[in-house]
Amino acid sequence: MNFKSFLKDNLVILDGGMGTLLQEKGLSAGERPERWNITHKEVIREIHRAYYDAGSNVVCTNTFGANVHKFDEKELEKIIEAAFSNAAWARDASNSDREKFIALDIGPTGRLLKPLGDLDFEDAVEVFAKTVRLGVKYGADAVIIETMNDSYETKAALLAVKENCSLPVLVSNVYGADGKLMTGATPAAMAAMLEGMGADAIGANCSLGPAQLEGVVKELINSASVPVLFKPNAGLPRDLGGKTVYDIKAKDFALEAAKLIPAGVRVIGGCCGTTPEYIRELCRAAKDLKPVKIKKKQSTVISSYTHELEFSERAVLIGERINPTGKKRFKQAILENDMGYVLSEGVSQQEEGADVLDVNVGLPGIDEKELLKRTVCELQAVTDLPLQIDTSDAAAMEAALRRYNGKAMINSVNGKAESMKAVFPLAKKYGGVVVALTLDENGIPESAEGRYRIAEKILSEAKKYGIEKKDIIFDTLAMTVSADKNAAKATLEALRLIKENLGCHTILGVSNVSFGLPCRDVINGVFFALALENGLSAAIMNPYSAEMMKTYRAFTALCGLDENCVEYIATAEGFADEQKKTAGFDEKETNDLKYAIAKGFKGKAAELTEEMLASVPPLDIVNGEIIPALNSVGKGFESGSVYLPQLLMSAEAAKSAFEVIKKRMPASSGRGDKFTVVIATVHGDIHDIGKNIVKLLLENYGFNVVDLGKDVPPETVADAAIKYRAPLVGLSALMTTTVPAMEATIKLLREKAPWCKIVVGGAVLTEEYAKKIGADKYSKDAMETVRFAEQLM
Amino acid sequence: MNSTVLKETLIPPPIDRRETLIYAGCRTRDESTAALLDMCIEEANEFKYDVCFCTTDFFTEGSLCSFGNFSAVSKDLAAHMDGCKKALVFAATVGIGIDRLIAKYSRISPAKALLFQALGTERIEALCDTFCSEFAKENGVLLTPRFSPGYGDLAIEVQKDIFAVLDCPKKIGLTLNESLLMSPSKSVTAIVGIKKECSK
Repeated sequence: MNFKSFLKDNLVILDGGMGTLLQEKGLSAGERPERWNITHKEVIREIHRAYYDAGSNVVCTNTFGANVHKFDEKELEKIIEAAFSNAAWARDASNSDREKFIALDIGPTGRLLKPLGDLDFEDAVEVFAKTVRLGVKYGADAVIIETMNDSYETKAALLAVKENCSLPVLVSNVYGADGKLMTGATPAAMAAMLEGMGADAIGANCSLGPAQLEGVVKELINSASVPVLFKPNAGLPRDLGGKTVYDIKAKDFALEAAKLIPAGVRVIGGCCGTTPEYIRELCRAAKDLKPVKIKKKQSTVISSYTHELEFSERAVLIGERINPTGKKRFKQAILENDMGYVLSEGVSQQEEGADVLDVNVGLPGIDEKELLKRTVCELQAVTDLPLQIDTSDAAAMEAALRRYNGKAMINSVNGKAESMKAVFPLAKKYGGVVVALTLDENGIPESAEGRYRIAEKILSEAKKYGIEKKDIIFDTLAMTVSADKNAAKATLEALRLIKENLGCHTILGVSNVSFGLPCRDVINGVFFALALENGLSAAIMNPYSAEMMKTYRAFTALCGLDENCVEYIATAEGFADEQKKTAGFDEKETNDLKYAIAKGFKGKAAELTEEMLASVPPLDIVNGEIIPALNSVGKGFESGSVYLPQLLMSAEAAKSAFEVIKKRMPASSGRGDKFTVVIATVHGDIHDIGKNIVKLLLENYGFNVVDLGKDVPPETVADAAIKYRAPLVGLSALMTTTVPAMEATIKLLREKAPWCKIVVGGAVLTEEYAKKIGADKYSKDAMETVRFAEQLM
Repeated sequence: MNSTVLKETLIPPPIDRRETLIYAGCRTRDESTAALLDMCIEEANEFKYDVCFCTTDFFTEGSLCSFGNFSAVSKDLAAHMDGCKKALVFAATVGIGIDRLIAKYSRISPAKALLFQALGTERIEALCDTFCSEFAKENGVLLTPRFSPGYGDLAIEVQKDIFAVLDCPKKIGLTLNESLLMSPSKSVTAIVGIKKECSK
C-alpha cells in the first residue's frame, strides 16, 4: 500500500525521539547526529528497528539537519543515502506485521529568513529542494517537515517538496506555551496556509508535553480538512546527576496523547524524550481507537504570518489605498521608488480599521513583477494584516504569491477562459482565496442573472483545478450609477443570487458606483449599506472615508454583530472631529509651526502647514518655518544640547509638514533643487536604521534621495549612481563582516561613476578605516552627512 | 562534562525607563522623548523571556579555555574566569516581537525605531541579570560577570560552538546568521564563571 492511501483510512503511528536517544548513546552536544548514519550505523538501525517493532508505521530518517548549510553536497548525499539504507534495513529486519513506511525527515535550517533574518526565501527553498531530491532518489515513501518554528521557513520547505516530488508530505510546527509559533502564527493561520498549499497532514510537535499542547491540537483539528499530526515531547527535561530525564513516563504519555485521537488526531508519535517504549505504550493505548472521520471545513479563510481571518457575517474591510490608479501622490511615490510612502499607507489603513490590504502597484513602464514582489515583502515587515494581491499580470501575481507569508487573497480572475487558465493554477499551487469578477469574453452582463451564470461557470472551471467553492469569492462589479440608472440594482441583485443560491461569499469595490457624481462619499455610504444588506462579505474601500466607516460601524451594530456597540462607540468619538489624528502623543497646543517641528509634534506640524497653505506660498513656509526649525534642532544636536531621539522626532515632524506641501503640489516638493543622493546599506548587511535616519534628514534638507534599501549588491549601487548621475553616494555597514562589501562597492563606483563622492557610515567604521577603503568622507552621524552634502552644492 | 541543556522562562523586573532613554542616547530627561517612549512601551507587549543553558567543567591551559565539549583560545576569558572550575553557558532572547517593531518603524518613524532598539537592549540586559542572579541564588554559587563572544580577544566564531552545545534554534528559537549575528537580534549568548559554591 502506498502511504497516501494508508493515511486516508488509518490511524498512523509515527516513531519517537531520535536525538535524545543518540545523546544517551554518546552523541556529544554540538556533534552532528546525521553523521552517525555513517559512523554509527548499527546504533541508528537498532533505534529504527526498535520503533518498527514497537508499532510505528512510519520511521523518520535521521536527517533532521541534513542540508547544504550544514554539510557539503558530497557529504550530504552520502548521509542521506546511508540514512535511507539504515531505515530500510530496519524495516526489513523488524518482526512487526504492521504497514511500514520511511519518511524523509526535514528540520529547520537553523537560520531565520528575511526580513527578520538574513536567509533569502528562494535560497531557503533551494536548500530544502536539494535534500528533497536526495530523499526521493534514495527511496522515501513520504516527507515529514517538522519542528519548524517559523511560518515562512515552513512555506519554503513545503514549496521545495511540492516542486520536487509528488510524495505525500506531513508538516509539523513547534508551538510555544502561548499557543503560537516563535514568529507569531496561530495554529489556524498555519492550517490555512499549509492546507492551501496542499500539505497532506499538518500538526504540532516538540516543545511541550501532550497535555500542554491539547489546545493547539484542537485548534488544528477545528481548522483543517486534512489529517492532524501530533508528536509531543515526553514533557520537560530535567538534569539528574548529569543525565537528562524527561518528566512524563511512557504510560502517562501514551494515555495523555491517545486522548486526542477521539478528538480527531490521526497521525501520532513522540518527539524529544520519547523512546520505543513510549511508542509501544501509545499503540497499546490506541489499540481500540478508530481514527475519527475528518470534517470538511466549509469556511473561507485567509491568513497572514500571525493570524487567520475567516469570512463571516461581519463584512471584511479591504483597504484600497495601495493603488496608483487616480492617486497622483502614490504614482509619484512608485516612480521615485519611495517605498516608505507605500508602507505608511499600509500602516495607516490598518490604524483606521482595515482587515486586509489590497496591494496594486501597476503602472505603465515599471517592472511590475519586481515591484509587486518587493512591496509584498516590505509590507510584511511593517504590518501583520493579510494581503490581497491585485494585478492582472500572471507573472507578477506568482512572484508575489510565492513570497507571501500566509494564504493571500488573489485579485482577480474572471470568466474569460484565458484568465482562468492563468490564475487557477497559481491559486492551486500557492493557496489563496480568489476574487472572481463576473464578466467574460462578452463583457459584463447587464442583468443579475447574466452575472450569476458567469459565477456558475467560474465555479465549475475552478473545480477542475481542485479549487473548492469556499476559496472563490465573487465580485458582481459595481458600475457607475451616473451612466446607467439600473447599474446599482443589477449589482445588488447579483450579489443576493450568488450568496443565496451558490452559497459563496461576495466582494465589491464599493466606490466605483459613484464615479462622475458630486459628494461621492454620500452615494458610496448608502450603496455600501445596501450591499451589506444584500449579503456583501467583503468591501474593497477607502478606510479613511468617514462616511464609509460610519455606515459600516452602524450596520454592524444594527445587525447585532457589535457586542454592546463597543466598536460603534469607539468610532463615533472620531466622527465629530474628522480631522485625521496623526498625533503620536499628547501634543501641546501651539500655533507656531517652528515650535511644533522643533518639539517633534508630528500631527500638529501637518495641521499647521495645512492652515498656513491657505494664505502663505509653499516656498515661504519651507524657507521661513520648516528649514529654520530644522536648522536650530540640527545645530543643537551638533553642539550636544539635543539628543538623537529629539532630532529624529523633529525630523519626522518636518517630514509630515513637507508631506502636506507635497500633496498640494506633487510636481515639485516646493523646495529649491538640490541634487540627488543615492544611499544603500551594503550587500550582506540587513541593518538599516542608520541609513533610514540619514535618508530622513537629507530629504528634510531638500535633497532628492534614492534609497536602494538594504543588502544591495555593488552593481545596483553603481547602476543607480549612473542612472541619476548622482554627485553623492552614501553607503552604510553595521558589521565588520560586510565592510569588504562596502570596499567592493566603492571600487566599482570609482570605475563606473568616477564623478561621484562617497560618504560612508555605520557602527564599525572609523575615519581611518573609511580612508583605507577609499571613501571620500566618514560621517559619524546623519547631521554630518547633511553638512557634507551641503558643502558639495 | 556538560549538564543537560535546560530551558527557562523568566520574568525580569519592570522596564527601567531612565536606563532605556540612556540607551537611546538621551542623557537628560526630555518630555517629548519620554512621552514617545511611553507609547512605545505600550505597543511593545510581546516580549518573551527565554533562556537555555548548561553548566560545564572548566579548565585553562595558558590561554586555552576548555568547556567540556568546546574550547576557545582567549587570554581575556582565561583571566576573567581565573579560579573557576565550572562554567555556566547560556543563551537568552526577548523574542522576535521587538525586531518586528524595529523593522516596522525604521521605515516609518526612525525616532520610534530608535526607542524600540533601546527598549530591546534594556529588556535583554534585564533578562540576563535576572537569570544570572536567580541561578546564583538557586545553586548557592557566586558568578563572574558575563563574557560574550566578541568581547576582548574572544573570537565571535565561538558563537557557533555555543549554538551547537545549547541547540539554541530548537530550545528557544534563536538562530545564527552567516555573519554570526543572532536573530532575534535582542539576544545574548554568554559564558559565566562559577566562582565557588557558597556553603549555605
